[in-house]
Amino acid sequence: MRKNLSLYVHIPFCVKKCIYCDFLSFEAGQDFCRLPGNERKQYLHALCMEIMSYRSVSDRYMINTVFIGGGTPSILMPGDISLIMATIRSVFKLRPDAEITIEVNPGTLDAEKAEEYIRLGINRISIGLQSVHEEELRMLGRIHNYDQFMASFQTAREAGFHNINVDIMSALPKQTIHSYLETIEKVLKCSPEHISAYSLMVEAGTPLSEDEELIAALPEEDAERKMYEATGILLQAAGYRRYEISNYAKEGYACRHNIVYWSLGEYLGFGLGAASFFEGRRFSNTRDLLLYLHTVCDGAVKEQRPEALRRLLQKIQIRDEDVNTERLMEEYMFLGLRMMKGVSAEDFYTYFGHSLYEVYGEVIKRHIRTGLLLDEGGIVRLTDRGIDVSNVVLSDFLLDP
Amino acid sequence: MAHLDQKRIRNFCIIAHIDHGKSTLADRIIEKTGLLTRREMQDQVLDNMDLERERGITIKAQSVRIVYTAKNGEEYIFNLIDTPGHVDFNYEVSRSLAACEGAVLVVDAAQGIEAQTLANVYLAIDHNLEVMPVINKIDLPSADPDRVVNEIEDVIGIEAMDAPRISAKNGINIEEVLEQIVEKIPAPSGDADAPLKALIFDSLYDSYKGVIIFCRIFDGYVKKGTNIRMLATGATAEVVETGTFGAGRFVPCEELSAGMVGYITASLKNVKDTTVGDTVTDADRPCAEALPGYKKAQPMVFCGMYPSDGARYPDLRDALEKLQLNDAALSFEPETSVALGFGFRCGFLGLLHLEIVQERLEREFNLDLVTTAPGVVYRVHTTDGAVIELTNPSNLPDPSSIDYMEEPFVSAEIMVVTDYVGAIMQLCQERRGIYKSMEYMEATRALLKYDLPLNEIIYDFFDALKSRSRGYASFDYEMKGYVRSELVKLDILINREEVDALSFILHKDTAYERGRKMCEKLKGEIPRHLFEIPIQAAIGNKVIARETIKAMRKDVLAKCYGGDITRKRKLLEKQKEGKKRMRQIGNVEIPQKAFMSVLKLDEE
Repeated sequence: MRKNLSLYVHIPFCVKKCIYCDFLSFEAGQDFCRLPGNERKQYLHALCMEIMSYRSVSDRYMINTVFIGGGTPSILMPGDISLIMATIRSVFKLRPDAEITIEVNPGTLDAEKAEEYIRLGINRISIGLQSVHEEELRMLGRIHNYDQFMASFQTAREAGFHNINVDIMSALPKQTIHSYLETIEKVLKCSPEHISAYSLMVEAGTPLSEDEELIAALPEEDAERKMYEATGILLQAAGYRRYEISNYAKEGYACRHNIVYWSLGEYLGFGLGAASFFEGRRFSNTRDLLLYLHTVCDGAVKEQRPEALRRLLQKIQIRDEDVNTERLMEEYMFLGLRMMKGVSAEDFYTYFGHSLYEVYGEVIKRHIRTGLLLDEGGIVRLTDRGIDVSNVVLSDFLLDP
Repeated sequence: MAHLDQKRIRNFCIIAHIDHGKSTLADRIIEKTGLLTRREMQDQVLDNMDLERERGITIKAQSVRIVYTAKNGEEYIFNLIDTPGHVDFNYEVSRSLAACEGAVLVVDAAQGIEAQTLANVYLAIDHNLEVMPVINKIDLPSADPDRVVNEIEDVIGIEAMDAPRISAKNGINIEEVLEQIVEKIPAPSGDADAPLKALIFDSLYDSYKGVIIFCRIFDGYVKKGTNIRMLATGATAEVVETGTFGAGRFVPCEELSAGMVGYITASLKNVKDTTVGDTVTDADRPCAEALPGYKKAQPMVFCGMYPSDGARYPDLRDALEKLQLNDAALSFEPETSVALGFGFRCGFLGLLHLEIVQERLEREFNLDLVTTAPGVVYRVHTTDGAVIELTNPSNLPDPSSIDYMEEPFVSAEIMVVTDYVGAIMQLCQERRGIYKSMEYMEATRALLKYDLPLNEIIYDFFDALKSRSRGYASFDYEMKGYVRSELVKLDILINREEVDALSFILHKDTAYERGRKMCEKLKGEIPRHLFEIPIQAAIGNKVIARETIKAMRKDVLAKCYGGDITRKRKLLEKQKEGKKRMRQIGNVEIPQKAFMSVLKLDEE
């Protein structure tokens, strides 16, 4: 029997970098998609080589989900995604019902690309809206406006996407409860199948973190708190079910790819800086673009055999050496509890061969007392209050060394 | 056996107000005597501890032996004994002075006499030293040497007309200073054939040599093999080495005889055996009586010191023991706090001494410390007539068994430019000072005398003085004694649990203000918890101030990290690590910096 595996493909280019973004992505400029730039071609080449290096092991797996993320994958030229998908299909066997997602940003998607995606079997599209307000978007350094989002959304629908996610953000500088509610309202009108509602986090090293004026304009704690609460109430009232701390979906549209991450399923990440959890090991590719390109392209010239190329790639991977049962247990819990369905003691036992209560009985008991956890017949999950202060609970699931 | 001719020896120290150029003059003297080339000179040869260099003050007395060929063609041995420059170290200063026959008094040609100048001069005169004034910084545009000469003659009453007018910084007229040292400072006049009598003016612990005693020989001599005995501590040992002080190093010599200044090593392992001020004699042929003036160093300020990481308690103990080897004034004994765990109640000469020790523990021993509010020693008179010396507020007996309490007072002298007299008087008033007198030293300067409670000056009195006088005030004090006072113990309750490490004793009139500030400060330092936390300041059962930390409403990672689990993990690990560094009081976790923050209530 083939094992389930998920694939992540990273496209580390954006038209413009958002001021809060600390993901691995390079600013490529407005003309990136039109220029037959060397960098783009080289990157695609390397990416495909990397995918092909798994040819020798791929027959053990059946691909359950694919996620093409970034960066901004829709910045690529027509034909580019086709190349990636064709490579994937030539190496891996995809389930007929595989969930295949592509991330797009408004302003970079047109009908031609959307139709290409549909032709390739991509069946889920994720659009980064963040806010419907032009001022808020401009402050974040985003290139689009609300009208462009609407156009992208329409384009996706018309091309045949029946599973669309929209990303929105709260706690933005100068954002008010009123303006945030307006964002939610307008998104609900589009009726996407899935909504990811994140809070803006000020990450060290981002331009935002150094902009004192914007930092000062971040909403007060109470306002931020209200936005967060309103998200849950409004989306659930509109028929979306919260299935993870920041994710809401109509029945049957929960993102399967994300659930793989949260339930310790195996996945391979391709491309610059992409993270993998594969055959019991966690590793990620180098974040150095030139090193990545050189290693893969030079290697591909010298080494025709996939195993040899894989070994070469391993040299530029950052390997998380410490993955052991304890770490996996911790991850199983702090990722699993992010999902509203919680963690089942039975599944825990199946995965680890240890009783959940033997390992975590005390923590669970303590947080049942604090009112942050519930244990309903062997299903442990966060209470509403527990979701709000989840870091307090989740950090307690880290075991003492 | 012929001993060194005392006529060729001059033992002296340099005294000055801070910043008047004491260390610079010492550098120049060492330089001019030709033992060192300019290139070898570190900027300030005498101050050889890092910390001293940074703070620009001399902590431990150091000395140096130099050779000067005078204009009369004779070679003289100068023993320059450096004295610590801070009021905390008054006793060490006095012992250093006792080792000398003379003192070079450095006075700034622009600023003239300052409070500390006077204090040091009086101390020198008390020790029968010949005081030889030197006017420094004559090259400053604001220099007025004639006025300063008059001031010295009028205020101190010593001859200053022919005082060398120098610039230590630029090396002007240094020879004149050297010549006057030869002419004016008397040679020692001990009896080399009498039984050994030597004064310990400092000691140092060296991991190879053991304790190194810095001493001045008054009578007799000491050499390798002599059995020495310390009169006050009774410790005995056989001398391993004797020597003199080169610049920055020890130079062994055959013997130390009457009049000389040098060091003795005698395989002593504990600096406590060799306390400053004690008399060293020959155990086989002891001197009849000890040198006068010995005093056991008396810690005045106490605080609790705890390792942030409880597991490092033994390291802290080792570090304190090591520091104590070099610092007889430092005292410590183990104590336990409910809030902070195992630590030590440490005694210091003053707040500066405390800060220096704390910094050395952190820097040299890599310890992370939590210190409790510094306090003084209170005297508690209980109803059954007993007297308790209280160094830790937690040990205060039940109020019903207390008859009355006393707190230490100091006599303070503040020299201030007349423009700021009002501001300084107000400050002293606020600090519960009792006005004694005011004298005009001259038209622009006044000397204020106040009696002040020690606990009011150990925190930030210096800083307040400086800021309210724009730097034109100086301050000196000495212990006066204990005075009956309306003292109360202020307790801090966090979530209704008393936090022992935050309790302290203070005058009842200042309790309300202090309690309110502490609650405010703690509110800002303790993170929100899952529940509401009241913070209360109380005297006995009476709550005098209260703040509330609202319950935490949100602490959630609502961000997309995709498959990068490591980042999520790091965030949670950080959170867990943060929790570990907190102190648990009941079910409240208190960050360590909260304990420190209440020490700095007056900063804003």
